[in-house]
Amino acid sequence: MRSFSYERATSPGDAAAAAAATAHAKFVAGGTNLLDLMKLEIETPAHLIDVNDLALDRIEETPDGGLRIGALVRNTDLAADRRVRRDYGVLARALLAGASGQLRNKATTAGNLLQRTRCPYFYDTNLPCNKRKPGSGCAAIGGFSRQHAVVGASDACIATHPSDMAVAMRALDAVVETVRPDGTTRNIPIAELHRLPGDSPEIETVLQPGELITAVMLPKPVGGTQLYRKVRDRASYAFALVSVAAIVQPDGSGRVALGGVAHKPWRVETAEAELPNGAKAVSARLFADAKPTRDNAYKLPLAERTLAAVLREARV
Amino acid sequence: MRFEHPATFNPIDQLKVIGHPTSRIEGPLKTTGTAPYAYERHDVVADQAYGYVVGAAIGKGRIAAIDLDAAKAAPGVLAIVTAENAGKLGKGARNAAPLLGGPEIAHYHQAVAVVVAGTFEQARAAAQLVRIDYVKGDGKFDLAAERDHVSVPDPKIGGPADTAIGDFATAFAAAPVQLDASYTTPDQGHAMMEPHASIAAWDGDRLTVWTSNQMIAWGAEDMAKTLGIPKENVRLVSPYIGGGFGGKLFLRADVLLAALGARAAGRPVKVALQRPLMFNNTTHRPATIQRIRIGAERDGRITAIGHESWSGNVSEGEPDMAVSQTRLLYAGANRMTATRLAALDLPEGNAMRAPGEASGMMALEIAIDELADKLDIDPVALRIANDTQVDPEHPQRRFSQRQLVRCLNEGAARFGWNKRNAKPGQVRDGRWLVGMGVAAAFRNNLVTKSAARVRLDQQGRVTVETDMTDIGTGSYTIIAQTAAEMMGLPLDKVVVRLGDSDFPVSCGSGGQWGGNNSTAGVYAACTKLREAITQKLGFNSEEAVFADGAVRSGNRSVPLAQAAGAGDLVAEDAIEYGDLAKTYQQSTFGAHFVEVGVDADTAEIRVRRMLAVCAAGRILNPKTARSQVIGAMTMGVGAALMEDLAVDKRHGLFVNHDLAGYEVPVHADIPHQDMIFLDETDPISSPMKAKGVAELGICGVAAAVANAVHNATAVRVRDYPITLDKLLAGMPV
Ligand SMILES: Cc1cc2nc3c(=O)[nH]c(=O)nc-3n(C[C@H](O)[C@H](O)[C@H](O)COP(=O)(O)OP(=O)(O)OC[C@H]3O[C@@H](n4cnc5c(N)ncnc54)[C@H](O)[C@@H]3O)c2cc1C
Ligand code: SF4
Repeated sequence: MRSFSYERATSPGDAAAAAAATAHAKFVAGGTNLLDLMKLEIETPAHLIDVNDLALDRIEETPDGGLRIGALVRNTDLAADRRVRRDYGVLARALLAGASGQLRNKATTAGNLLQRTRCPYFYDTNLPCNKRKPGSGCAAIGGFSRQHAVVGASDACIATHPSDMAVAMRALDAVVETVRPDGTTRNIPIAELHRLPGDSPEIETVLQPGELITAVMLPKPVGGTQLYRKVRDRASYAFALVSVAAIVQPDGSGRVALGGVAHKPWRVETAEAELPNGAKAVSARLFADAKPTRDNAYKLPLAERTLAAVLREARV
Repeated sequence: MRFEHPATFNPIDQLKVIGHPTSRIEGPLKTTGTAPYAYERHDVVADQAYGYVVGAAIGKGRIAAIDLDAAKAAPGVLAIVTAENAGKLGKGARNAAPLLGGPEIAHYHQAVAVVVAGTFEQARAAAQLVRIDYVKGDGKFDLAAERDHVSVPDPKIGGPADTAIGDFATAFAAAPVQLDASYTTPDQGHAMMEPHASIAAWDGDRLTVWTSNQMIAWGAEDMAKTLGIPKENVRLVSPYIGGGFGGKLFLRADVLLAALGARAAGRPVKVALQRPLMFNNTTHRPATIQRIRIGAERDGRITAIGHESWSGNVSEGEPDMAVSQTRLLYAGANRMTATRLAALDLPEGNAMRAPGEASGMMALEIAIDELADKLDIDPVALRIANDTQVDPEHPQRRFSQRQLVRCLNEGAARFGWNKRNAKPGQVRDGRWLVGMGVAAAFRNNLVTKSAARVRLDQQGRVTVETDMTDIGTGSYTIIAQTAAEMMGLPLDKVVVRLGDSDFPVSCGSGGQWGGNNSTAGVYAACTKLREAITQKLGFNSEEAVFADGAVRSGNRSVPLAQAAGAGDLVAEDAIEYGDLAKTYQQSTFGAHFVEVGVDADTAEIRVRRMLAVCAAGRILNPKTARSQVIGAMTMGVGAALMEDLAVDKRHGLFVNHDLAGYEVPVHADIPHQDMIFLDETDPISSPMKAKGVAELGICGVAAAVANAVHNATAVRVRDYPITLDKLLAGMPV
């Protein structure tokens, strides 16, 4: 770990301004991802801005009947919130499928969205990785890639985004609220927050330097049956091989987003038109441009079967 | 004490203390966090500095240049040791690859430097500033690719590379029913909770290391040899060990680097291997490719059985002896085994959780299940039909005890085996396809010399000292129980001190030999102490009875506290074994029954029920023994379903080298586990009439899971671990 300076910010605007004012600054929230990466010198911030005192730890109802989830709301608290459990079941389920109880007690809403990939090559500083060291190559391509992306990947990077929560938020059309160093705020639809890797997998989101997430907004509840199914090798404490977040309405229409298959939560709105025709038809659209590796080709039939199981469960 | 004849009635048979489910005597220390583990020995020596290990960044090759300037200039750095400045180092008899690499690099994450600094954070930060230029060599990292370029090894343990009885080829060709199948097991890591950790302190030319090691005498000897100093000058202390599973049998880099770092810094130094280093820096269970051929009559009797195994290792490394059990487990007149070794440049392969049998049973016990399918015979019945009470290679050698058939029958009855549908893929419980599987359990019982010292003091307390270790197994407790039984004392009058090379040399912990041999050593020492006491009191030693804290003879009774007299009475002895292990085959047996559910959509596999029935001699403490077996069953589930060190064949390393990437079972994976011991005593084994227990519990489990998965889905997977991707194609549409 490199030595770094540390401050506790007291307002969102100050935090963002401080981040822009100091070279190589980073926000730290729960620290459950960032600190691990700093110990391995995968992240090497020179300055940490602690955002835990920003009073962003509340869940409020919005005028249009939705929820505003503060960036610092812990995953445990969000999953347990009565309104979330009642109206956004897919989110509560996705949260509880992630990490462990101890981690969820620390992990924050913003930190979860911005957690970095679990590609094992990303974690080994001796090996090539374009995401960690742009231009060094991608060791996962042609290497051990059982966990990696099957769709939306590039020749530069085939990593997945590991979050469960984000997949549910994608299905819910959440909107990310931020404040920039100049004090202006903006709303970013979650669909646009994460980028595909392209030629620059090191740039993972559309956030600008110093831009702070202040909240995630959920639109007014959409009802339906809301399910989250996470498939993994062991029963707990493992990242998804494939996960499916689904909101299915009584008339058979609905929304699905998938985790474990791409560099971001994977949702293709046009595929949802096929929902009444079943999982095969939806998958064909979702994975029309899939380019799996030998190691992870199983994810395509797995995703389709998991989707089928979720749709079946939603309809009973 | 030499043990040359089968044990007769002795004080252990009283079973006043032995055989009781006593809770671990050191348990309260552990649950209150007051049992000091190696890295936490802040108390033992002042002024401890911290070492951080740098591992090689390549799988094979050499170091062209090392630049230490930046690291040396970093805050707090006291010393940096590399092969260039470490001085001449030897190599321990039990190490294959050198523990400090350079300029030659034998494997990925081989230690190449230790950076010593005033704080852990300073050492870690400076370690990142060590600049090393490597020249990559051509390494061999692919066992399957090397299968045809192997050597015939000369294994140090586990029998010869080739065995042959009768005429396997002819008998197999003539058999009306034949099975010929190949299986693979992956590289696996020990993944114990406590990393390898050591604090080293020099006092002149004498070295003390507080460490975490299963085999104190081996470690001290190999440390002396590596440093080129007399053995007497090395002291190893390891009273508590947070898991080893074979990964701490040998001297490892933490001990050496702590000692070298301490010498260079002129201060005591502590080193713990960083978790991401452990999988490639230390040893692991090597992958195997196994081919099994079995020929049988239509009634199920095996006429020919052959088992071949290929594994790889670094130069001077040993093969995995996956064929061992096949020489002993089932009858059959014509037999062969073959063990071949490929030269690989992956990290060193060595002992892990029942080396040999664990991987061998993973394959053999699927093969038996496949044979049962072909014969249309129940797999329990097939195993029973091929039972043997003699060593099939040497029919004049009987098993000292062999209750495999009872284990199978009793297990089948308790598990409800008769409810299994023999036709696979038929049973459904909601979204789950349900199946049951069985496997035999088999592991040899090893007898080996073990010494102890016992001291009776004026408080009537007996203190036992031996370099035996407790790696979480319960050694403290069963040793205390042994001494209490022998001396007629309650448990709280016995003090046990373990894991110090100043104490008499024990068998140590490994190969499931620890429990029986270490307590037999304590038995020997206590026998001597009893003689010393009776002699001192002028009692007839034949008639003397040690009970209730006193020694009695005729109408005289003297409290032990008084018997010690003015000073302490000390006795030291070792158990040593005669030829009984040659005249009899000593093994332990069991049967594993497993029920799994396989998700019909996703093919996720979840174990629903497990039962093990074990016959392993006298159970000295049913509570600690049960804990060993249920832990072993858990490891078997790991081996069956998830444990897999993923090899990158280009860069030459295990890629998933942390506990997020290398999956072992979590609580949610382990269902209700049942386990029972058959009532057994084995007087051939030792005066304790006990045998190894723990590793028996893992042997066969993975195959029972595999067989249950087949029964559930009709998909036969022969390549471990059995993950959902291997089942998907065969799942219902
Ligand atoms: C062993 C383990 C298992 C796990 N398993 C799962 C799992 O199964 N599923 C899953 O979804 N997750 C899993 N996780 C990941 C876990 O969810 C994340 O570590 C956690 O959500 C990160 O939140 P945090 O608040 O601790 O983030 P931090 O570590 O504090 O920060 C993460 C990143 O977000 C940035 N950041 C934080 N707050 C803000 C903000 N307000 N604005 C802008 N940037 C910000 C930081 O600068 C940093 O780059 C696991 C983690 C571990 C360690
Ligand atoms: S997949 Fe992405 S994160 Fe993984 S090695 Fe390649 S570039 Fe790095």
